Amino acid sequence: MIDNNQLLRFTTAGSVDDGKSTLIGRLLYDSKSIFEDQLEAIENTSKKKGHEGVDLALFTDGLRDEREQGITIDVAYRYFTTPKRKFIIADTPGHIQYTRNMVTGASTANAAIILVDARHGVIEQTKRHSFIASLLQIPHVIVCVNKMDLVDFSEDAYNNVINQFEEFSSKMLVKDVRFIPISALLGDNVVNRSENMDWYQGAPLLHTLETMHISSDINKVDARFPVQTVIRPQSDDENRDYRGYAGRVEGGIFRPGDEITVMPSGFTSKIKSIDNYSGELKEAFAPMSVSITLEDDIDISRGDMIVRSNNKPKATQDIEVMLCWLNNSPSRPRTKYSIRHTSNDQKAMIKEIVYKIDIETLERNKEDKTLHMNDISKVKIRTTKPLMIDEYRENRTTGSIILIDDTTNETVAAGMIV
Amino acid sequence: MSKYYLNYLDELESEAIFVLREVWAQFDNPVILFSGGKDSILVTHLAKKAFAPAKIPFPLMHVDTGHNFPETIKFRDDIIKELGVQLIVGSVQESIDQGRVAEEKGKNATRNALQITTLLDAIETNKIDCAIGGGRRDEEKARAKERFFSHRDDFGQWDPKNQRPELWNIFNGKHFEGEHFRAFPISNWTEMDVWNYIQRENIAIPSLYFAHEREVVWRQNSWIPNSEFLILEEHEEIVTKKVRFRTLGDITITGGIESDADTLEKIANEVSGMRQTERGNRSDDKRSESAMEDRKRQGYF
Repeated sequence: MIDNNQLLRFTTAGSVDDGKSTLIGRLLYDSKSIFEDQLEAIENTSKKKGHEGVDLALFTDGLRDEREQGITIDVAYRYFTTPKRKFIIADTPGHIQYTRNMVTGASTANAAIILVDARHGVIEQTKRHSFIASLLQIPHVIVCVNKMDLVDFSEDAYNNVINQFEEFSSKMLVKDVRFIPISALLGDNVVNRSENMDWYQGAPLLHTLETMHISSDINKVDARFPVQTVIRPQSDDENRDYRGYAGRVEGGIFRPGDEITVMPSGFTSKIKSIDNYSGELKEAFAPMSVSITLEDDIDISRGDMIVRSNNKPKATQDIEVMLCWLNNSPSRPRTKYSIRHTSNDQKAMIKEIVYKIDIETLERNKEDKTLHMNDISKVKIRTTKPLMIDEYRENRTTGSIILIDDTTNETVAAGMIV
Repeated sequence: MSKYYLNYLDELESEAIFVLREVWAQFDNPVILFSGGKDSILVTHLAKKAFAPAKIPFPLMHVDTGHNFPETIKFRDDIIKELGVQLIVGSVQESIDQGRVAEEKGKNATRNALQITTLLDAIETNKIDCAIGGGRRDEEKARAKERFFSHRDDFGQWDPKNQRPELWNIFNGKHFEGEHFRAFPISNWTEMDVWNYIQRENIAIPSLYFAHEREVVWRQNSWIPNSEFLILEEHEEIVTKKVRFRTLGDITITGGIESDADTLEKIANEVSGMRQTERGNRSDDKRSESAMEDRKRQGYF
């Protein structure tokens, strides 16, 4: 066991034909993450369906309805480990009607793999997936130009895709884009370097995932600590006076002695200690779960946020967000929804739908004022009490919200604060 | 110079603690579903960390099929004593005695499916609004789509096609009277992660996980332990083997593997070289391709 291995979460979006399931199957198979009994089950099913050899794509089919229909409906999570890293794959369907699932899978990802069929080049779906990756601010995007075996491993075909992609993505906010020519079916440049593409000097996909620099993806500057709950041991004599604010650091670095402000009350104090089960810590950074004790006895509860006094988030009742509608029932005007931002629960109303984005053409529509499932739009929201916010591009946790319909308790929308 | 990133085990630990604290903050009456298996022991260990220096602020609940390994029950009672928390027991035998469920017949009869009724009854009687489980997404394909906060309707049923979207780490535990949630803090852990962490933290686990001599019978490709519930077939023979168990369920259905791994380190090494999934030795999963999904829909763990 190597102790310093990091965890990398990535998402793959794709539809039935672009080889996404085959790619995941190939990654798992070539990195020896598929067990014998799983492989046997796939071999049996492949035979039953009359496929030649093992259909690696079958490995990623989860629920019964999906196996019957041969499509991935929901987000499914897969795991594999190499000697260098542990990986979590959020495997999402790529059709337009599953935009909400793609958004869900993208929300926690460090990296996105976008598959392009080398024969067809950049198509609407590629644009949609790239747009979602940029909207959700996935720090790293890897464009895998797949099915290179079907274009005779041609460098020109690969370069065409790169040119097409760069042309349309110039307006998007993706910091780090890489391209890799692969054949998921044959395994070229997935785990092992391709012997058919000497002209490609870069690394295969797995090596890229293993070595990509991810520790700077987390905000280390703006110290944010949303309080989840207060720990007060009551029966225990020794710790009876302990009052720890439990939560996870969601940005920046906290140290004992730091001058802090509690928001929204504005009370100030100093950090007395930062504790976990093993004892007191010298510092805590995202995403560590800790308990903070303060020098002064002030009234703090769930929904409050502890921040460093010299660097505060914005406290406001008016926010603008890029909203993805997730629910079957469309938005209702002038309806109060519950809004959750970190551990803070309030009520909110959608005041204005500024525009909707047609995610096929990326054009703005200012006429349509109802939000339907899978719609992405810019909206203005008014909350009953202030939220302590950062912009989503500064901090994915303190910059995100969900809306909950109180009549059904369902999560109906997810938003990124702009 | 300090490094400002966590290794994967610390990140998984932090995520699980975050989830456990969310459960405590969002629900009135949560419990940890405690089976005595390594995953529920791990969840309990993480809960101890999440609320320190206070005690775990909610009870442990055990669904007792009556077909236990004796070692599991002793382990359960010891851990309850050590933590100073309350234990709630839902008894499958009582459900049978009350006529709520009927015992399966035949040589492969198990009480596995009967647990669903007992579990849901215990949840209802004790007014539990969130049952925290040790389910992991890598265990089985139906579990790969499970949420951290997973909604159950007022019949305790899971609807995999209509799950609440779960974005970032914002968990929505809102529910109506009579409904409840299942929460899975170690969703993102794999079997290997669990063993690496148990080894790192030196967490106590039942002796059954370590290689030991035991009377067993070869059935469905694994060594099923001899017990008062075992009905021998004609060609079957009880032998003594050095075995250990990768997962713990009912003594009637949990198959052991031949092994010499008698320390945590040896177990971790053995698991990392395994070519079979851990549930490969559980006959409850072998009944059909969607056996787990079907049970989960009805309210299984």
